[in-house]
Amino acid sequence: MIEVRGLVKDYGSLRAVNGVSFTVQRGDVLGFLGPNGAGKSTTMKMITGFLRPTAGRALVGGHDVAADPITVKRLIGYLPENAPTYPEMTVEEFLDFIAEVRGFRAPAEKQAHLDRVLGLCHLGPVRRQTIETLSKGYKQRVGFAQALLHDPPVLVLDEPTDGLDPNQKHEVRQLIKQMAAAKTVILSTHILEEAEAVCNRIIIISRGQVVANDSPEGLRAKHAGARLEEIFRQLTQTDT
Amino acid sequence: MSQIPPLLKREFLGYFRSPVAYVFLIVFLMASVGCAFFLGGFFDANVASLDTYFNFLPWLFILFVPAAGMRLWAEEKRAGTIELLFTLPVTPLEAVLAKFLAAWAFLGLAVLLSFPLVLTVAYLGSPDWGVLASGYLGALLMAGGFLGICSLTSAFTKNQVISFVISVFVCFLLVLLGWSVFTDFLGGYLGLPVWLVDVVSDFSFKTHFDPFMKGIIDPQDVMFFLSLAGFCLFLNVLALDR
Repeated sequence: MIEVRGLVKDYGSLRAVNGVSFTVQRGDVLGFLGPNGAGKSTTMKMITGFLRPTAGRALVGGHDVAADPITVKRLIGYLPENAPTYPEMTVEEFLDFIAEVRGFRAPAEKQAHLDRVLGLCHLGPVRRQTIETLSKGYKQRVGFAQALLHDPPVLVLDEPTDGLDPNQKHEVRQLIKQMAAAKTVILSTHILEEAEAVCNRIIIISRGQVVANDSPEGLRAKHAGARLEEIFRQLTQTDT
Repeated sequence: MSQIPPLLKREFLGYFRSPVAYVFLIVFLMASVGCAFFLGGFFDANVASLDTYFNFLPWLFILFVPAAGMRLWAEEKRAGTIELLFTLPVTPLEAVLAKFLAAWAFLGLAVLLSFPLVLTVAYLGSPDWGVLASGYLGALLMAGGFLGICSLTSAFTKNQVISFVISVFVCFLLVLLGWSVFTDFLGGYLGLPVWLVDVVSDFSFKTHFDPFMKGIIDPQDVMFFLSLAGFCLFLNVLALDR
């Protein structure tokens, strides 16, 4: 479903992503691990069509992001880091706007999609509140609701549980697991237990390059007896 | 282009979701109508026209259009919502046009809210409706020209203050070039040849707006404002490339 071939991104003289390649199938939940600044977010931004790669290609559902960005953007639900939203809008107004841009213009159809994500993300009680008055956890859920609104076949989630309390984290992980069977999910995190709990594939990225690409079990088998945390530190210690 | 309506709606209503719209509209009305009354001598002129109102618009737009346009892109960049916007199925051209049209409609509203002046001259005298209409048409087109510049400067920065200051400076220059005091200075004091002074003042908002006040709708003037806005928006799309 997602195929990434030799992605490179330069910011001036800095090479943020240096030849990242991988594929993700339907039903996969891919965990993107790496230290801060390793290139996780940048890679995701290239897959979602926000940033233009310096070199390499990203294909989603067989469509090249660079050649056919609109088709790819229709296939993807994307939760950017820190879940940016328009703070002066209410939750309902914001999701209404997203629904219209996603092509649900008929009132009944739009309402059905709104009600679904409001329920899914437990946003009912705050639907008429402006987003700027919400707590971090609720803001994150609004971002999540926005990404799920069109029930996309591909989900790209940049640190989806960042800023949530343990209960909310658990809930988001359950939600991702529930949806995983029918979707392709990429999520970035720096919480290693989260990757183990939710993902069936793990890619560790360090200094813009993939240093490991395996299942959680496979990773542990290669490093007998080590915990994921130790493996992570071993593979990425050149970063510090 | 089908994505323009929802984007336009969000952007336009966005002005009204904060105090921005109300502060802007009230202060703009007080300033524009105030200028017409106290500086222009609306009643003393004893003419059933809005010349005293339109006369000051180019100068007021120097401050007010950048105030309405500075947020267009700078705010999206600062808040990070530009990442949300450009991962939705929206092309940069659609986004640029939608935002521009929303801000333009907002400015149009600000100008049209001067309608009590029209009622006043209609009550007190018998105005030439054609001249009034062409004045308003010119004001709207001129607002579009100013706004193109503001939208472009907004796309270059995530700082609204920088966008505002640069826009004000550029807009000021573009009004000044056609101000009779300035062109007299160029021609008389500096002794520049007439054709050169004409070329310089041809780039000015004022030069192209003044005929509208007299009731003259010259396609050249219409094209000036539209092509200026169009060119700025074209650069705007390029400036948003990531």
